[in-house]
Amino acid sequence: MSLKAFHVLFITASVALSFWFGWYELDRYATTKAAADMWLGIGSCVTGGTLIAYGIYFLKKLKNISYL
Amino acid sequence: MEIPHAVKPRPDTGLYNAKLGIWLFLASEVMLFGGLFSAYILLRVSSDLWPHGMVSIPVGTFNTFVLIASSVTVVMSWASLKLGKLADFKKYMALTILCALGFLSVKSFEYYAKFTHYDVWFKDQATAQKYFTAAYGEKGEEAARKLFVERFHLQNTKATYDANQVQIAGHIEGNPLFATLKKLTSAKKDTIQFTPDAPSGTHEHPKAIEVKLSDVHRLSAYVPAHSTYFAIYFTITALHGLHVLGGAIVLTYFLLTSDKWWKKNPEQLANRVEVGGLFWHFVDLVWIFLFPIIYLL
Repeated sequence: MSLKAFHVLFITASVALSFWFGWYELDRYATTKAAADMWLGIGSCVTGGTLIAYGIYFLKKLKNISYL
Repeated sequence: MEIPHAVKPRPDTGLYNAKLGIWLFLASEVMLFGGLFSAYILLRVSSDLWPHGMVSIPVGTFNTFVLIASSVTVVMSWASLKLGKLADFKKYMALTILCALGFLSVKSFEYYAKFTHYDVWFKDQATAQKYFTAAYGEKGEEAARKLFVERFHLQNTKATYDANQVQIAGHIEGNPLFATLKKLTSAKKDTIQFTPDAPSGTHEHPKAIEVKLSDVHRLSAYVPAHSTYFAIYFTITALHGLHVLGGAIVLTYFLLTSDKWWKKNPEQLANRVEVGGLFWHFVDLVWIFLFPIIYLL
């Protein structure tokens, strides 16, 4: 597996973590009403979206490099 | 003599030597961290009480963000070499190393905060009650109970309060590192000035209280000897931190010797950086699992 393939796997895991953490923090915010929880939740979901966009850009940029 | 398959892939494996080597190494690393993760799970499920909220979520989130960013920059540095852009490689690799140093710096501050934060266990409940009142006023026992219940997430269980709870958390005056009851007693101290943690839901610390060491059963900073939780926390995070440090040293070496390798054999430099990048991604992937387990769950 090349660095390209491993990077795609890593970004996928990071996107999953970002959205899960975003949900976790927003769920916490519903109980605590703490602004920090809300911003962490929103920031994490935005990061997840940004990582998806980055992943697509990365795949286009390195389309000529092998996955092996 | 030229070593075969240092650059070109072997026909049978389809991989050059270093890539095969790093994957074998990473397989052993999976077993190492897999063993530690298993230990964590077994310790946790077999424990009666497991603390929560002992580490700062915003700090952990920041470090997670830093590591994800470093993975992006390390792969960009490799891609730059593949595209023949040495200057871009240097820029991205320098950013990766900065991220690594940033992660380690934040982790050091986290560790320092733990090493200067203490739990004090009193000899009996009556003594503890006296200090709870001194720290938090008339409703001292209630405040101490609330902190205890929150730390161990007991609000979700039938056991709302451990009748034997006799501990209080806070800071010793002067923020000594790694103090223990034995060390303080050996230093001929009879009392300590102790600033208890803020009551639940607030950030205002109560005034410092004077604690007689003769009333103390045990005193420990948040170090591995404190509890099973901190033992496994420091074992896993310190091992991970050492991997970050090792990776940063190797990547720095690639950066510093890149001009020489670029002139000699640019393809081999790209392969070396790819192998370093694979290790770096593995270390970051470990953190992606570590962060929710240690900080959130």
